Amino acid sequence: MKQEELNFEKDQFAQTMIPGKFAKSMRTCVLWQLIRFAILNVKMIIVVQKSH
Amino acid sequence: MARLVVLGGGVAGHTTATFAAKWLGSEHEVVVVTPNAKWNWIPSNIWVGVGQMSKEEVTFDLAPVYAKAGITYKQAKAVSLNPEGNESSDKAFVSIEFTEAGREGQTEEIEYDYIVNATGPKLNFGATPGLGEGSQLGEHTVSVCTADHAVHASKKLEEAIEKMKAGTRQKFLIGTGHGMCTCQGAAFEYMFNIEHELNKAGVRDMADMKWISNESFMGDFGMGGLHMKVGGYVVNSKLFAESLFAERNVSWLIGAHTNKVENGKVGYELLDGTMGEEEFDFAMLIPPFAGVGLKAYAKDGSDITSTVFAPNGFMKVDGDYTPKKYAEWKAADWPKTYQNPTYKNMFAAGIAFAPPHIISRPMSSPNGTPINPTPPRTGMPSGIIGKAVAHSVTDLILKGENAHLHEAPMTKMGAACVASAGKGIFDGTAAAMTVFPVVPDYETYPGTGRDTDYTFGEIGLAGHWIKHVLHYLFIYKAKLNPGWTLIPE
Ligand SMILES: Cc1cc2nc3c(=O)[nH]c(=O)nc-3n(C[C@H](O)[C@H](O)[C@H](O)COP(=O)(O)OP(=O)(O)OC[C@H]3O[C@@H](n4cnc5c(N)ncnc54)[C@H](O)[C@@H]3O)c2cc1C
Repeated sequence: MKQEELNFEKDQFAQTMIPGKFAKSMRTCVLWQLIRFAILNVKMIIVVQKSH
Repeated sequence: MARLVVLGGGVAGHTTATFAAKWLGSEHEVVVVTPNAKWNWIPSNIWVGVGQMSKEEVTFDLAPVYAKAGITYKQAKAVSLNPEGNESSDKAFVSIEFTEAGREGQTEEIEYDYIVNATGPKLNFGATPGLGEGSQLGEHTVSVCTADHAVHASKKLEEAIEKMKAGTRQKFLIGTGHGMCTCQGAAFEYMFNIEHELNKAGVRDMADMKWISNESFMGDFGMGGLHMKVGGYVVNSKLFAESLFAERNVSWLIGAHTNKVENGKVGYELLDGTMGEEEFDFAMLIPPFAGVGLKAYAKDGSDITSTVFAPNGFMKVDGDYTPKKYAEWKAADWPKTYQNPTYKNMFAAGIAFAPPHIISRPMSSPNGTPINPTPPRTGMPSGIIGKAVAHSVTDLILKGENAHLHEAPMTKMGAACVASAGKGIFDGTAAAMTVFPVVPDYETYPGTGRDTDYTFGEIGLAGHWIKHVLHYLFIYKAKLNPGWTLIPE
């Protein structure tokens, strides 16, 4: 059984969402995360500018 | 020459003092009174608590920085305020007690023209029997609220890992140590960083991990939760938070007021009134926050503490403190200028100001025990408020007492939060979130109370890189290195 399905066995976890292998691997995929890094920085700078 | 006294050299106070000193120049004096010799980038204490950073990496000496900025530095704690002076003088003053090595216990009265209270929180461990005494951490649990606490926590974690390697299961209990805590985010980060380290050490399967929190739902974070954009959807932070816990096999106990801590065991009361106990081998429970307990006296020596401070010890500012029902709470209740309504030369910044009410929905158990998070005032709002107050005081000094005051209401201010879920240049992750505004405004943003175009979250390595860059950036800025004013709060 896949790890995420194993965790769903617990009552408390049954009604949430758990990422699968692909979603998890994208979190530490350096190329994709470099893109996200740029996007997140822009988004955060906008919020910071709106707040000052 | 005017004198501004800033109480507290943390995120808010340091921002106020350094900007005011820059804008006022050498014709006016800025004095900082703070008991700490070192400045601490508190968010990185999480990494100290898991042995991934040293105390030296998250702190630096304040004295040379203040000398460079032309700020008079008193390593002391403020004890009381006399905003009307005393019987022999009309001049307002603050009484301080030195903490500097060799001068401990000596006192001094410092006269001021303007004063900013940025004393942050008292870590009120004493509020829960067994969690500690007053602001001192007890012997049963660990903390990451100060760099020294985090060093101690890291040693205890190392011991727990050794036990697991030797074949003894360990139960980790992380969360809040009282029904009225805030700062769940820090506990959340610590929980996930421990989980990350246990995986790296190859002992995750020997650990049972549990979250205990006063939030009535996962992802409340003292902000009543938030709706944020994740992967094209607008989702409630409940789903986001529960998912992160379920993925890591960390179970949760919420709506819990921790009412007792003993060796290896906490007692709690839940929102439905049930009492229970939870055992642990390693526990990090955030204490509730209170004001640091400053007193205030009128000219004739009478105690006016309740005029200047709210019952929780935080300073009253220009918020609307009239008790109201939850349904009547409005964004307009929140302070804008952080000026004390009674003494106009007095301001509060950061955690030290009294919020008009909590942000989360108020809750209590059938026994009448309040169990709800209190409002967070994270680093970014604390810094922005500190800067706005510095601006106001500078204008009052340079342009006269009718100068326009600068505003920084938390209802018109966002916050960028990066919550670490594990450190590592290629395998680290962090939840990068922004929320706008911090305090929901249902009149401007009917529905979720916030602007979902600017309220988003995602977890990944990019978030970790941002957190790591921010660590160096904010320490660089706090040291007043070249270009420091260009780095936003
Ligand atoms: C473990 C942890 C992790 C965190 N992580 C994050 C994060 O990732 N992002 C984020 O935005 N926020 C984070 N926060 C919150 C952030 O640290 C606070 O919002 C911020 O420090 C508040 O600034 P402040 O100046 O009000 O208080 P502080 O920074 O606490 O400063 C208060 C200062 O006042 C001094 N003081 C105390 N008593 C007196 C007295 N009697 N007289 C004079 N001075 C006094 C103290 O010594 C201290 O220097 C975290 C907090 C913790 C505990």
